[in-house]
Amino acid sequence: MNKVKSLNRKDLLGLKDLSVEEIKLILRTAHSMKEVAARPIPKVPTLLGKHIITLFFEASTRTRTSFNMAAKILSANITNIAISSSSVTKGESLIDTVKNLEVMGVDAIIIRHPMGGAPLLAARNCKASIISAGDGFNEHPTQGLLDIFTMQEKRGKLKDKKILIVGDISHSRVARSNIWGLTKLGAKVTVVGPPTMIPRGIEEMGVNVSYNLDDEIKEADFINMLRIQNERQEKGLFPSIEEYHKLYGLNKERMKYAKKDVLVMHPGPINRGVEITSEVADGPYNVILEQVTNGVAVRSALLFLLLGGKT
Amino acid sequence: MAKLLIKNGRVVDPASNLDGQRDVLIVDGKIKTIKSQVMSRGARVIEAKGMLVLPGLIDMHAHLRDPGRPDKETIASGTRAAAMGGFTTICCMANTEPPIDNAAVVKYVKNKAEIEGVVNVLPIAAVTKGLKGEALAEMGMMLKEGAVAFSDDGQPIMRADVMRRALEYARQFKVPIISHCEDKALSHGGSMNESALSTALGLPGIPALAEENMVARDIALAREFGRLHIAHVSSAKSVDLIRQAKKKKIDVTCETCPHYFSLTEEAVKDYDTNAKVNPPLKSRTDVKAIIKGLKDGTIDVIATDHAPHNIEEKELEFNSAAFGLVGLETALALVITYLVDTKELTLKKAIEKLTTSPAKILGLNKGALKIGADADLVIVDPKAGWTVDPSQFASKSKNSPFNGWKLKGKVLCTIVSGKVVVRDGKVCS
Repeated sequence: MNKVKSLNRKDLLGLKDLSVEEIKLILRTAHSMKEVAARPIPKVPTLLGKHIITLFFEASTRTRTSFNMAAKILSANITNIAISSSSVTKGESLIDTVKNLEVMGVDAIIIRHPMGGAPLLAARNCKASIISAGDGFNEHPTQGLLDIFTMQEKRGKLKDKKILIVGDISHSRVARSNIWGLTKLGAKVTVVGPPTMIPRGIEEMGVNVSYNLDDEIKEADFINMLRIQNERQEKGLFPSIEEYHKLYGLNKERMKYAKKDVLVMHPGPINRGVEITSEVADGPYNVILEQVTNGVAVRSALLFLLLGGKT
Repeated sequence: MAKLLIKNGRVVDPASNLDGQRDVLIVDGKIKTIKSQVMSRGARVIEAKGMLVLPGLIDMHAHLRDPGRPDKETIASGTRAAAMGGFTTICCMANTEPPIDNAAVVKYVKNKAEIEGVVNVLPIAAVTKGLKGEALAEMGMMLKEGAVAFSDDGQPIMRADVMRRALEYARQFKVPIISHCEDKALSHGGSMNESALSTALGLPGIPALAEENMVARDIALAREFGRLHIAHVSSAKSVDLIRQAKKKKIDVTCETCPHYFSLTEEAVKDYDTNAKVNPPLKSRTDVKAIIKGLKDGTIDVIATDHAPHNIEEKELEFNSAAFGLVGLETALALVITYLVDTKELTLKKAIEKLTTSPAKILGLNKGALKIGADADLVIVDPKAGWTVDPSQFASKSKNSPFNGWKLKGKVLCTIVSGKVVVRDGKVCS
């Protein structure tokens, strides 16, 4: 197969519409970027003079900082817009906001938004590259890519590897991006959670569905634990945190059933004691912080491929 | 005496079971003669050879946004859109600002329609004050001012006791309560059909059950308490429920809309907010069931649910965008293209659902080519193909999911009480 050398696209909105070749290109490039990031002086001039904006309509620690680090490694200028102090609070629409940023000469806008499809709306109405940093419960493409990068780095080819994604699948953009990407690479994905948190028709995305973590854990090569938001309980999707933890939480007891070389992942922020106990989150099988490290490499690769150069 | 003679058209009148070449003579706004050959000295002649001559269409479900939102639609623009679509009578829903929930607002709409409207406008007034689903509005007084039925359309009446009282109370007037069937507890927060597609798009879904649950409840209430008409039926199971109810002789009728037989949820797969509508577009299976319901008579009426919205409320994130689409100017062509040309319905049957059927439900002396009746007619070229271009709509709003579609069947001429309001496919000035 011929390797693709560049991303012929303006935007990165999700893994749903990325080809296998494009995913592989991003992952290959991320490996080089990880090497750059590990240098004593982690800086290359590739994107010198490029202007990048982060436009976050939701809170973020990891993703935003990670994009900032990535941009700085590539010598791009990056500006963070906090929605609380922007004209969005005056009622400016998303389209107007990105159009205004565009005419200032911005090359890329990284958007996080509480509504699915919002980055696509921006992308259609603006010439700058739009990179989704998470939209509603649609996609979180850079998280999906860094998860896949981490899995591959640890265990090589993902074809036929068994991956569990556990938690609130219905409201998870991380789950969707993982599913789109992993199924393209031939991995076997099973989503696990209470039926109230498994969305209708998810099987059509090419995954198995299970309501029993103990059954699934035995065969798993990777377990990706999703954050449980307290407000989901208030909406009646499960009766109590205690019961959730009992049925779907990852603790030491449950880990006894897992393979010796299983790897535990989490996109953060962790609710310790809810979906995962500290013993497991900090345990020998966890790669949670490595995911964060790899996030910078993956985001550098993306910025490089969308704004800069050819490999 | 003003005389107008429509020559040589194929006259299709479901009420008299007529489908044949006839001449129609109109004198002083009334239908005078329908015969194979009519000669009339001094009459203005419209040659209609090869064209359809139909009773003026009746839309029993439109939103005219007047009073309150002249940026989206006015009675002037909405009635012109209706005329362009071949409708000579339209019923406007009560969810205006302020709502049509008292006699004064009914009177306002009627007066405004007299002054600036080009087709007949019949208000459907609110069931409850402020469309709040609590206290009954003054139905009797609103009927006296010209309301023809009652609906809180846009909002379901969530309280079963209120719906019961509304059905009971309306019995004295012999008019139906038109129900917007949506269980809010189930639909809450959703913006498209709940399905594998909503899962793949990461959009909050509305389960079809939200509609079906209310259809079932309202049928149960209608069985005991009164006359029910169900608005904008979109789901297969709703059609089944209504079919069963009709078998049991429960007093229920219903309508669907062109978008529920011509579109599936696939229309929103690129987050096209113009296809965001409530109830949401459903699956291929549902579309088939809607067509089956139209064929076997379970679905009585085709109505547009014309719901104009401006760009500001549509060019938004999918979740934030308003529900609704404009339908007056595409309805008949969608019926011809997707029901008649596909041989799902005969032309007569299709036209019945746009004329006599809504007239009967609302008790209107309209929708038929009767001697002595108001000369409301439409002349249609059934073979003319055209491309939908919302920028050319007479409606103020352009929120159509059919932009760019190639349809068959073009309205050439719309006549209201003998007056030509659309000629050569254009609104007369």
